[in-house]
Amino acid sequence: MRVHFAVYARGLRRHSTYRAALIAGLITNSVFGAINAMVLLAVFAARPQINGYDATDAVTQVFVGQMLITVTMIVSAAPSLDLAERIRTGEVANDLLRPVSLQGWCLAQDLGRATFGFLFRGVPTFLIGVVLFGAVVPNEVAGALAFLVSVILAALVGFALRYLYSLCGFWMLDSRGVWVVAGLIGPVAAGMILPLPLFPPVIGEVLRLLPWASLVQIPAEILLGKESLPGGGVLGGLALQTLWAALLLGLGAWITATATRRVVIQGG
Amino acid sequence: MADTRHHVEVPDGERSGRVRHAATTLLRPFVDYRRLAWLWVRAFAQYRLSLILMSLAVMVSVLIQVGAVVILFGHAGTLAGFTVMEGLLVFGLAASAFGTADMFAGSVERLGNHIRSGTLDIMLIRPVSPLVQVAADEFSPRRLGKVVPALAVLGVALAGVDVEWSAAEVALLALMMLSGTLICAAIWVITGCLQFFIAGAREAANSLTYGGQALTEYPIAIYGQEIVRAVTYVVPLAFISWQPALLVLDRTDPLGMPEQLRYMGPAIAVLLCACAALTWRFGLRHYRSTGS
Repeated sequence: MRVHFAVYARGLRRHSTYRAALIAGLITNSVFGAINAMVLLAVFAARPQINGYDATDAVTQVFVGQMLITVTMIVSAAPSLDLAERIRTGEVANDLLRPVSLQGWCLAQDLGRATFGFLFRGVPTFLIGVVLFGAVVPNEVAGALAFLVSVILAALVGFALRYLYSLCGFWMLDSRGVWVVAGLIGPVAAGMILPLPLFPPVIGEVLRLLPWASLVQIPAEILLGKESLPGGGVLGGLALQTLWAALLLGLGAWITATATRRVVIQGG
Repeated sequence: MADTRHHVEVPDGERSGRVRHAATTLLRPFVDYRRLAWLWVRAFAQYRLSLILMSLAVMVSVLIQVGAVVILFGHAGTLAGFTVMEGLLVFGLAASAFGTADMFAGSVERLGNHIRSGTLDIMLIRPVSPLVQVAADEFSPRRLGKVVPALAVLGVALAGVDVEWSAAEVALLALMMLSGTLICAAIWVITGCLQFFIAGAREAANSLTYGGQALTEYPIAIYGQEIVRAVTYVVPLAFISWQPALLVLDRTDPLGMPEQLRYMGPAIAVLLCACAALTWRFGLRHYRSTGS
């Protein structure tokens, strides 16, 4: 555990070095958030209620999405985990020699990155949404805590998915194709492109059950306290996120074990 | 080149030879660009399956955006007085202009990498304009995956809107599309040049390039007067899709901006390209090698 904490702290510090990139990212997230919010505001001006969502809900979800970009790395179509490249080059052999599980090591490192991104890029982006567009903030401690837990679960699901994409590299030699496909499906299924309630109901309901919904849609609905969450409330939403996190991390651990037993690592 | 020399040697042809020489000098960057781009096309063609899959992926990403536009118009009915088809016209104009500009000049956004890794130094000692080299770097036909569906959407929208076409109008539309593309390319170069001065400006520049694309994919009147003014008079994004759409549809501006603006696209494009050329020169003068 101490090792993991040390790796977590290093991950956090590593990303705190790139201040210019931080500000640039903050600007980009805010600009895209503002554009998406304005488009949705125009739509809701024409029709104030769409499948239980109103303008404030939609705008809040847009900025939750922009806030969580750095936490879940949902929009990147390029590998956003070092592991992908390390598997391709064969450097992963060194990682496997460590007396720590590969997944635990990567998770600790990625959570460090996510923590830094959330605090210094995500939260400011969201505050811009609050100031400019009146995005909803939790008004009580319980709501804030539930949202925070949901964000942590989103980070876990986000990592677990990207870890699985990377593992494809053990068999495919290069996992970039998987990342490209994931970069297409992910943002749509997460409710990043449009909030899922705006989709035709059948498609929306299916997308809700997939793991990507845990990255943006469910955290946003938990913040908004929506009844459309699975089980009709905040606890149901958190339960679904926990389920996906556990399932995907478990799958990741199992595949890692299989891969290390069966696959011949490339590289010299 | 050989052809020109031949012409100069003919005594009577001295004047026409000079004209030819001027033409060659003027066309030189385009010829260089074509050669470099072709080189990259051949390189990428070695990985044919990967190229096809990547193109398909880009195509799907455009179609996803189209889907979002259709869904939103489906909920709202009309946005800024534009119907779905008219909205798709705006989308098609924006996406095709940005897609084409991205294809030809999008690589400029990797200027920072060239500076960091020192490859810009290598480009500077070659007898080809460094801007041409940076823009043609890694020219990939997969970016057609962006242009083709955008043009298809534009075609569907043009067939679906209520406009009577004459040869003059078709020519006017083509001119406006060319202007829009040049404006996008100029914005790409200008924002790329920021990397001469600020390392890591790439992502911030994206908020103008990709952000500009996202902004102009919808009828911009929905963003309100201030933003429309800003993207008309400060960063002329309005001339990429909004003003051309007003021109094609022969619609009065819902925000009451001057009617003449819709004919200004070509002039703005020329002006902005001149700005881009000057910015590039200024940036290159300012450039100091990283020495690595």
